[in-house]
Amino acid sequence: MQDTSFELGGMKFKSRLIVGTGKYRDFAETKAAVEESGAEIVTVAVRRVNITDRGKENLLDYLDPKRYQILPNTAGCFTADEAIRTCRLAREVGVGELVKLEVIGDKQTLFPDVAATLEAARVLVKEGFKVMPYVTDDPVTCLRLQEIGCVAVMPLAAPIGSGLGIRNPFNLAIIIEQAKVPVIVDAGVGTASDAAEAMELGCDGVLMNTAIAGAKDPIAMARAMKLAVEAGRLAYRAGRIERKLYATASSPLTGLIG
Amino acid sequence: MPDSIATSITLNGDPYPLSADTPLIALLERLNMRRGRVAVEINREIVPKANYDATIVRAGDHVEIINFVGGG
Repeated sequence: MQDTSFELGGMKFKSRLIVGTGKYRDFAETKAAVEESGAEIVTVAVRRVNITDRGKENLLDYLDPKRYQILPNTAGCFTADEAIRTCRLAREVGVGELVKLEVIGDKQTLFPDVAATLEAARVLVKEGFKVMPYVTDDPVTCLRLQEIGCVAVMPLAAPIGSGLGIRNPFNLAIIIEQAKVPVIVDAGVGTASDAAEAMELGCDGVLMNTAIAGAKDPIAMARAMKLAVEAGRLAYRAGRIERKLYATASSPLTGLIG
Repeated sequence: MPDSIATSITLNGDPYPLSADTPLIALLERLNMRRGRVAVEINREIVPKANYDATIVRAGDHVEIINFVGGG
């Protein structure tokens, strides 16, 4: 069963797994995990360069922007203005218009500031950015972001880095049903079954970082996630059976011995 | 006005000595930074890459140079 390609902001991708590049031991491990995951889109953070340590290697030396679509994020931004400024700077590095917009509303939960996210999305879309907003799993907010012109919506499964898995599959189902843009579950995935569940629900993709980078063996987990996203997508397309309360026998009821 | 004020900029939030007005491209070279890996703001205005050669960093300027790091 040939999958349709995954279209995002006018670009086509084969992999539906988007991976982050944070929390790895070093760039070599980052590169190995990204390769093993099969991801074609990788998120990066935007930070001040280290002035005192000038000989330092650059992340892009390990993740060639010609091979990977680089997706700069606005992690750490608590206001729309900070997020907008970060996106403008990120674009000037020269890796395209795609940005992961996140405006954090609370330090402990890292839940999004929905009002500020909407405000920043409006400005960024007008400036030609292809905005992928990280957002609460709220169907109405996802609709609003879609109306604004975001190229995807990225509802969280659970708090960032929590590994709690999909806390509200029913809201996600509504978001997926209403969406005209790709729905990408972003944040909260803990293990392969969480990623598969997201895809079985009908999500277009899954974005994760900690679940891979924080695993005991990140390279093995990267492969597990690749397979889980593929398996979940295939199961979704195959069409699962209905849930029933009682058993239905798998073997014929006729021709029994005796 | 003391020399130390007249001959320094604020670079990524910290004072950074600059002997004279300097082309941005020279500052980047001195810092061993490749133009394809960074983006620059001077006094909150983004400097397009095409203008790196023509842009002069002057005393008192607030310069931000960013790059990409690991993140999720």
